[in-house]
Amino acid sequence: MARRKAAKKSRSDDGNGQARGVRPFWSGTLTFGLVSVPVDLYPGNRTNRAPLRMLSAEGEPLSRRYFSQKTERDLEDDELVRGFEIDKDRYVVVTDEELERLAPEQSRDIDLRRFVPLKDIPPLYFDRSYFLAPAAGSEKAYKLLAETMAKSDLAGTATFVMRGKEYLVAIFPENGILRAETMRFADEIRSAGEVGLPEKKKLPAATVKKFERLIAKHSRRELSLKDLKDEQTEKLLKLVERKRKQHKDIVEVEVPEREEGKVIDLMAALKKSLAGKRKAA
Amino acid sequence: MTARAIWKGRLKLNSTRVPVKLYSAVKDQTVRFHILDGKSKTRVKQHMVEPESGKEVPHEEIRKGFEVEPGTFVILDKEELEKLEPEESREIEITQFVPPEKIPPEYYDRPYYLGPDGDQTAYFALAEALKNKEKEGVARWVMRKKPYVGALRAEDDHLVLFTLRHAEEVLSAKDLPHPAGRASDKKELTMAKQLVEMLKGEFDPKDYKDEYRERVMEFVEKKAKGHKPRLHLVKTKRKTTSLDMVLSKSIEALKKKKAA
Repeated sequence: MARRKAAKKSRSDDGNGQARGVRPFWSGTLTFGLVSVPVDLYPGNRTNRAPLRMLSAEGEPLSRRYFSQKTERDLEDDELVRGFEIDKDRYVVVTDEELERLAPEQSRDIDLRRFVPLKDIPPLYFDRSYFLAPAAGSEKAYKLLAETMAKSDLAGTATFVMRGKEYLVAIFPENGILRAETMRFADEIRSAGEVGLPEKKKLPAATVKKFERLIAKHSRRELSLKDLKDEQTEKLLKLVERKRKQHKDIVEVEVPEREEGKVIDLMAALKKSLAGKRKAA
Repeated sequence: MTARAIWKGRLKLNSTRVPVKLYSAVKDQTVRFHILDGKSKTRVKQHMVEPESGKEVPHEEIRKGFEVEPGTFVILDKEELEKLEPEESREIEITQFVPPEKIPPEYYDRPYYLGPDGDQTAYFALAEALKNKEKEGVARWVMRKKPYVGALRAEDDHLVLFTLRHAEEVLSAKDLPHPAGRASDKKELTMAKQLVEMLKGEFDPKDYKDEYRERVMEFVEKKAKGHKPRLHLVKTKRKTTSLDMVLSKSIEALKKKKAA
């Protein structure tokens, strides 16, 4: 979701895309039938565990700025617009307000119009994962939906518009919490034929059997998360720790007051929200 | 038309190797906008500056640091970062096989079709064996200096390799508390179940359309022709009533719709 380029990038961004403080990514309404459940959406992934900041020679954190190719001047946020290229170097400007108005209010609700068995959705469709937390006052309806779905192993599906893009989403409970998995639309997935893959020919049964034996020999009942560990980041964090202990290559800079202590863990924000204690952002 | 392969490698299962080519299985249809200088309507670029002075810092002078606490950075130089890069390899190592439902949806990242690179028999035999055994392979490989973990799966007759998110990147609902609030009452649960049953169906991806994308493109085309389409913001109001009343109303409404 965050892949879309935002025309209005905040100045306080540190240039490394690191979020300072966790707020719901989006707030909206989940509906099934005539029941509506106000919810907050939080990211379900941490994308970069070890973001490296870009620094000046003196160790000062740098900012990323847009500048005009024509005037070479740095541009403030309000000097930027969003344009669709219709011909080479010819753009149609589209404003935030226009994008907003192109989405009828109805289309912004996550209206669960069809419930499908979760295991019937091929993983080719899965894109990004989010958690939904009940917004103030909706705990009862939220719990009811989560409990009902948990008993049936179904996922509710819907399309909805969020921040200038329409998303296809599957919503299913996990430990009493609703997970929202965004999915690709059918026309965003190529078929094997489109890619130009050859078609299967007749196979010697012995070769298939050989692979079946190999698979059986290395099969496990459960997924071992050990095999999904991020070893490179581990190595980086170890190197950082070692250098820190040796007081090697360390720079200290003054941090603007407002930034200090604002780095809130995503997990902590979610926990608060689920406990119904989230203050208005 | 045949798509261009983005990478070549070999699947490695124990001592068996299956040479493959990788193709992207995704074609992004998002409407792409460019960020422009509002005055001249020309493209913008990005650069790194010192926030106070606004002075540009050229690429070769930029250092990289890891923030260990607010304002304290451990600097990592180019050689140190290069040393952390994994060794280059063409091998996609399959470390284990598991039932597909053991890999949760939130782990899947990007799918790639694998095509045979030479030996077609081994390629199709492996796909068939995965299908027959109802298993998915867990893979690890290095592509363009980046280490990946992934899942190998048969889609119809062909092999698809997914990049998976690393275990540390996925938040688990198991680490979160149950939402606050009392348990649902029986009557409501029965009605909600009935409602969900009525909305039950098959997953057919063709039933979902990105209508917003079409609307945006239509709007852009009209604007390009010099029209200024009028847009209205439609407001709808929602009434708040008790949960079981809304549930029974929903069921009634659906029954009528089905009968019609």
